[in-house]
Amino acid sequence: MDAIVDFFRVYQTTIGVIGINALLALSVWVTLYAGQLTLGNAAFMAVGAYGAALLGMRFGVPFPVGLALGALLSAALALPLGLAVFRLRGVYLAIATIGFGEVVRVVILTLPFTGKALGLNGIPPVTELWHIYLSLASVAYVLWRVQGSTVGRAWAAIREDEIAAASQGIAVRRYKLAAFVAGAALAAWAGGLSAHLNFSIEPGDFGFTRAVQILVFAVVGGTPSVAGPIFGATLLTALPEVLRPLKEYRDIFAGLILMGVIIYLPRGLVTLAELRKTRRLQEIGAADVA
Amino acid sequence: MAEQLYNAIFVGSIYALFAVGFALVFSVLDILNLAHPVVFMLGAFVALFFMSTFGAPAALAAVAAFGVTGVFGIFLDRVAFAPLRRRGAPPLSAMISSLGFAIVVIRLMELRYGPDLVSYPAGSLAQTVLQIGDARLDGLRLLIIGLAIILMAALTYVVRATQLGRDIRALAENPRAARLLGVDVDRAIAATFFISSGLGGVAGALLGFAYNAIYPQMGTPYELKAFTVMVVGGMGSLPGAVLGAYILGIGEIAALVFLPAEFAELRDALAFGLLFLVLVLRPRGLLGHRVADRA
Amino acid sequence: MLLECDGISKRFGGVHAVADVDLSIEPGQVFGLIGPNGAGKTTLVNLISGHLRVDSGAIRFAGGDVTRLAPHALTARGIARTFQGVRLFKGLTVLENVLVGRHARMRSDVVRRLWPRGAPDRNDREKAGQLLERLGLSRPNALAGGLAYGDQRRLEIARALASEPRLLILDEPAAGMNPAESARLRELMRALVAEGLTIVLIEHDVRLVMGTCDRVAVLNFGRKIAEGTPSQIQSSPVVREAYLGSEDVA
Repeated sequence: MDAIVDFFRVYQTTIGVIGINALLALSVWVTLYAGQLTLGNAAFMAVGAYGAALLGMRFGVPFPVGLALGALLSAALALPLGLAVFRLRGVYLAIATIGFGEVVRVVILTLPFTGKALGLNGIPPVTELWHIYLSLASVAYVLWRVQGSTVGRAWAAIREDEIAAASQGIAVRRYKLAAFVAGAALAAWAGGLSAHLNFSIEPGDFGFTRAVQILVFAVVGGTPSVAGPIFGATLLTALPEVLRPLKEYRDIFAGLILMGVIIYLPRGLVTLAELRKTRRLQEIGAADVA
Repeated sequence: MAEQLYNAIFVGSIYALFAVGFALVFSVLDILNLAHPVVFMLGAFVALFFMSTFGAPAALAAVAAFGVTGVFGIFLDRVAFAPLRRRGAPPLSAMISSLGFAIVVIRLMELRYGPDLVSYPAGSLAQTVLQIGDARLDGLRLLIIGLAIILMAALTYVVRATQLGRDIRALAENPRAARLLGVDVDRAIAATFFISSGLGGVAGALLGFAYNAIYPQMGTPYELKAFTVMVVGGMGSLPGAVLGAYILGIGEIAALVFLPAEFAELRDALAFGLLFLVLVLRPRGLLGHRVADRA
Repeated sequence: MLLECDGISKRFGGVHAVADVDLSIEPGQVFGLIGPNGAGKTTLVNLISGHLRVDSGAIRFAGGDVTRLAPHALTARGIARTFQGVRLFKGLTVLENVLVGRHARMRSDVVRRLWPRGAPDRNDREKAGQLLERLGLSRPNALAGGLAYGDQRRLEIARALASEPRLLILDEPAAGMNPAESARLRELMRALVAEGLTIVLIEHDVRLVMGTCDRVAVLNFGRKIAEGTPSQIQSSPVVREAYLGSEDVA
């Protein structure tokens, strides 16, 4: 029992980060599920982080309200962005979102009240683990239920074939936008939680590398179900800890694992669990990631 | 002023060599090779290796950089992309695979050389200064600009006038038809990677010579710029990449000159704002083909 | 008049894919659309189904102007279609494909589903199941991508029917079908029409067209060159010339 409590205390931050990364992975998952490849969620995370932190520190806004406002602000940004890029596909969409992400990062670097390159310090560490995991559980539950609903099916149809989906009565633009905005709001919420977990944030936390990292969580974990991104985030966040004995060679193994998974397990790690069922054997390789 | 223009052309030339390889792979295989910055960096280090271990002159080292990184590019394809191609995997998988590859190689280089700046052997690089009118221009950079232009001209020749170039273009237009028409697809792809990575490697070596400071992560900032270059010039268009590269180079130096110091970072935002605008208003960029719906 | 096309045109660059085409389709019939390859048949269908925007002209459906409507709005109004070469949702199951087809007729159940036991869409599943049976598709949980070609075609038709359309456009449904399958398709079409559906059939299979259609229009180079009953079309010299006297029209 003591060992468990000790473990917990030592790894508390990591466990918190895992939960936040899982939320971020889900934020990308939502948009991927609707067939959109976005690398802008790190920017939305930044909006949520800075938004919640600044509102709390400068205006004394209560923590949950700050989180909500950060998410709202992110959604408000995501809407015109989503409309602007809605016609883009695949790689072009990815690059557009990368561009957006970089613009946000630079704006943060330039605005006077964000602390610029030094970032914000002294953010009250009010995030508790239960905040993170309650958020995660709720979001995961909602997304799981949505997946089996008309909305979820519409998203899946759009992902599979946008043109055919339109002919089934699906207002493609509206649904894509909804997924995009939902992802943005989710990333912002996670950002707000993260800012109050780490005491300080700086623009470098939210750049291209971060965006790619989040994407990798979702893709490596697996995209068929909600469990995938959560699993991917958990594994890849914990991996550096697990690989700690390997010291300098950690990153090399991480890179190799990444390549191995993407080449041999196209729908992500969760498909390992499904390999036993014969029907799923068809699925692996049949319909691929976004 | 002339010096700034000179610098802009120099920067643009490096961007061009880097981006043209990146665009080549994209136009032929429809994938973003996120390991491209790695061959850029490797070129610089291969040159270093040849110069410090064999005492080779810089020119020879640059040639070695081209050859070695070219071959490395073929290896990169075999390991990271070919298995995915066989499976018909979407471009996203290739991106992530190359990302993993890049992580591994960069880390290996960091272990070997450390993460900090490394210089070329003392005295190995020409230190000439040219006096043209009022301007004092670095001779090495002039050489580099010239070399870049020669390389791009050579590339144009290969692509336009050789059988290999025709094969590559056929592959870029329609892989299935190309195969049916007897194009040796594997050879064309290998050649594509050889050329792409070779050019990237040479770019890295030349940049290394110019700044005399290289480090394992040196390719990463260029990656993002390559996106902008490709988008502005036209995704998958080689002349577009060159055009976009010089536009970016001139734009960046112009921003450096005309924007007050506090707004230095806005320079980067300009590049990305431009990228974003282009994608939204004219996705095909300046010289690209119509971005048809991938239906 | 169920569907009216009034002088619709579409250009791509310098080419007139569809030029000044008039169509009047009465309810309750099978209307055939034929023409040599590249005549503009699929472009015309894409214009009607909203996937392409007309450059000029108007389209009216059931009395209302639908020229500028998006595909999903047209489906809501009652126009459904299949695609040349089959565009199924390959990663979804057979049943899911049909359920997506019902999207226009289903009420959004997102909020209901937030409750663990949330109301299952039983009515919709039943209707979907019935369609599958009718179209001879027996494995609702199989992946659409894994089906045999003939099954895929029928699934696409089932999916189109799921939206309870008034007008169904079939774009080369018989391509790759053997005579037995074509015969079954013909029976299905006649049965659907008897139930009140109107069908627009684009086909190269002349026997199918002549044997099923009440009226036929012929396109060539984007223009309508002939329209009439199947026998009128078969004996038309204009049509014969368009096909260059090949066995297609004989």
